[in-house]
Amino acid sequence: MLTALGFASVYIARQSVVNWGSLGYALFFFALYIAAHVVARFAVPNADPYLLPMAALLTAVGVTEIYRLGPSDAFKQGWWIVIGVVLFAGALLRLRRDYRVLEQYKYLFGIGAIVLLYLPRLPVIGSSVNGARLWVHAGPLRFQPGELAKIFLIVFLAGYLREKREVLAQARLKDLGPLLVIWGGCMLVLVATNDLGSGLLYFGIFLAMLYVATARLSFVLAGIGLFAAGGFVAYEKIAHVHERVTIWLQPWTTHRVYCPQTGGLALRQDCQSYQLVKSLYSIGNGGFGGAGLGKGTFTTADGHALIPYVNTDFIYSALAQELGLVGAAALLLMFMLFVARGMKVALRADDGFSKLLAAGLTFGFALQTFIIVGGVLRLIPLTGITLPFVSYGGSSVVANFLVLAGLLLVSNRANAQT
Amino acid sequence: MNRQISRISVVALLLLASLIVGTTYWQSWAAGGLAARQDNAIQRVAEFKIKRGLIYASDGHTVLAANKKVVKAGQTFYFRRYPTGGLASQVVGYSTQGRSRAGVERQENGYLTASNANLGTIIDKLTDQLRGATVTGNNLVLTIHANAQKLAESALAGACGAAVVLNPQTGAVDVMASSPGFNPNKIESASGYASILHSPSACPGSSSALLNRATQGLYAPGSTFKTVTAAAALDAGIFTPESRFFDPGYCIEYGQKVYNSGNPDQNGPEQYGNVNLLEGYQHSINAVFCNVGKRIGARRILDKAKDFGFYSTPPLELPANERAPSGLYNFKKHSLIDDASQVDPGRLAFGQERMLVTPLQMALVAAGVADGGKVMTPHLLKEVRSPGGSLVARTHPSVWKRAMKPKTAAELNQMMQAVVTGGTGMQAQIPGIKVAGKTGTAETGLSHVYTAWFIFFAPAENPQVAGAVVLEHQLNGFGGSVAAPIAKELMQAILPNPSKQ
Repeated sequence: MLTALGFASVYIARQSVVNWGSLGYALFFFALYIAAHVVARFAVPNADPYLLPMAALLTAVGVTEIYRLGPSDAFKQGWWIVIGVVLFAGALLRLRRDYRVLEQYKYLFGIGAIVLLYLPRLPVIGSSVNGARLWVHAGPLRFQPGELAKIFLIVFLAGYLREKREVLAQARLKDLGPLLVIWGGCMLVLVATNDLGSGLLYFGIFLAMLYVATARLSFVLAGIGLFAAGGFVAYEKIAHVHERVTIWLQPWTTHRVYCPQTGGLALRQDCQSYQLVKSLYSIGNGGFGGAGLGKGTFTTADGHALIPYVNTDFIYSALAQELGLVGAAALLLMFMLFVARGMKVALRADDGFSKLLAAGLTFGFALQTFIIVGGVLRLIPLTGITLPFVSYGGSSVVANFLVLAGLLLVSNRANAQT
Repeated sequence: MNRQISRISVVALLLLASLIVGTTYWQSWAAGGLAARQDNAIQRVAEFKIKRGLIYASDGHTVLAANKKVVKAGQTFYFRRYPTGGLASQVVGYSTQGRSRAGVERQENGYLTASNANLGTIIDKLTDQLRGATVTGNNLVLTIHANAQKLAESALAGACGAAVVLNPQTGAVDVMASSPGFNPNKIESASGYASILHSPSACPGSSSALLNRATQGLYAPGSTFKTVTAAAALDAGIFTPESRFFDPGYCIEYGQKVYNSGNPDQNGPEQYGNVNLLEGYQHSINAVFCNVGKRIGARRILDKAKDFGFYSTPPLELPANERAPSGLYNFKKHSLIDDASQVDPGRLAFGQERMLVTPLQMALVAAGVADGGKVMTPHLLKEVRSPGGSLVARTHPSVWKRAMKPKTAAELNQMMQAVVTGGTGMQAQIPGIKVAGKTGTAETGLSHVYTAWFIFFAPAENPQVAGAVVLEHQLNGFGGSVAAPIAKELMQAILPNPSKQ
């Protein structure tokens, strides 16, 4: 644990190499990490010792890159991390005796998830960015409630599936009812908000948790079949989906094609697939060793951005350019370790709710990473969601710290009993 | 439930592992392809952070392209500066943010940015990166002879045209001038670029200064093409320089008379009567070559042209789209015709038909004759040196084509000398040096407006220079009267002065 801690602090300090003025940041984040660590030691003394340092490391990598891309964003991100840590500490302290009380409120969480997802649709406080209506305004703060809804949904699914797993395994339609209602509600909202990445994420979490609860592979296969059919229909009928798939299959064209953004003709790489292509160029430019932290190319000589959304959706492209294959692979290995530890927590937990909760949170974490990084790598169609702990974005940071809190609570209980 | 959890763990970890595979793909296998894409703005900007190699003329100290260090928004960039303001502008090309690159700047970008796969360069670059120092590219030394190049550009100034001079024994290009030229320092700014595009020029139609007329300009070769026909006729053993012809002042083609009077290149009387092949070449008599063409056929002429390099894009350190192949062109389809049955052999023989050639190709024709039938691979790059001055690469002369038998080349050498000593090319005479040449004056469709040619080499007994000069839209200007004098100046500039020896 000390090694991980030391590495984390060294890593945070690396930004001071880029710019001495940022030493304050390094100290600040280090202090924050120590605070989180102390709270964790007190509240969940038996928790897995690797999860918090790994999360801190990922956050540090993220905030370092965000600082390098735009110091003012790093300042805001810093505040969100503070809020995230406070909520993390609050959750640990509040639920340290027995988090399983959450199970009693599972329907509340389920409905909460739908309400949260529906918030951006409301007038006044809801707002849309980049064609997806995902944001809620509260004064100067913008918040993406979808990130929290993900956790609520996992809590609901864990509680509900724990209670109904035996009957569900018999596949009686009436027992599937509430499950399908809550889940269907989420999916409907997602389709309405054009947020395909999250839709895929929720669907994946749902299938994984259903499988863990019922051990019925046929459910998963049926789900995948349904998804494939739904995906095909969406591809045929929904222009937005069709566009994403086209970009994925053919980001480059040799002749000019219709460009919906301008209404004229353009090469696809200059129009619809601009973001994806620029992201690939960024990754390719990194090569094996990378350009070096702070030495990557993200703007023209005149300061125009070369990669859109570089600190949110495309932060991985930025990291891959500066850290190269070596750094990017190390980062992904860190994600893999986090997932491995998270799954271990699920394995060690001794009650169904805890197992489902930990497995759901961890699988969601892994799938979210896959969806966004796979998207920028052109493994799957690109849909904009955040890279856990790393991307710029308040709601994402807060939600990920809550995921972490959940995993620590589960592991604390499991370890305390053995 | 643990079995299921283990299984979804495997799935989750496999998903993440696939990301490592994906990243590896884009950062190693696919990285080169991505870097080469024209719309890769990241690569383009990143390359401006590299201290690009300098480009020198063959003397090793005339700097054709240098760098200007600019610090913007905390980033250091090296932008290009062209100290000569446009010497050999189309050859050197340019490297800009807005308009990307052209010329040697584009073709040799690998050396200039130290991204070529040379072991020494890779180590240097890696050390630079590890030290955090600026990556510095390799310097290029071109074969361009700075003084002769200057001379060629001033001689062509005001006209549209091109001049190519190369060493026939090595293929090293001494002069590659294309008029109008441009100032590459102006390319980056929109107004500067517009001023280059819309500069008034002496040649209607294709006035672009960005065009490298020497390698991309396609011109009717006129009578210079008789050199290729003669090579075909002599090589096939069907004719000798002494073969007799009777010139009645015309040649009968498909039952119709084609008169010599239509040939502005011919000197002397309209009807020469009894002449041999050498005299027909010396005075550029169309009727003689018309009969040669009819006798040997279009296929032989086209095959001989291919032996000189026609129908293939000449090798040179310029981007492929800045080099055009010579040959018969279908104007409508912008494609090459290689079907002898579609061609009038008589007209082809004296350089009409739809034959279009680049000045570079005609210079290579002269060089082939000069070098005993071998066409050496033309090259612009003399050597590549590391920033520290050590040699990274050097161009070694190689044979590109074998155009004809040495005997044929020797006979043509004599014929080309005759053109200068007592034929249409007498204005190319240099006291003390035996000059060989061939004039060409192609019709343009406008009356009394010609494309004037001169191809040449010297000294005839041991040729050091060979080349071609072409001038477009010459009102009553003939190959012998306007192009030959420029050729003479260029030869004098490069060859050692015989009176000083």
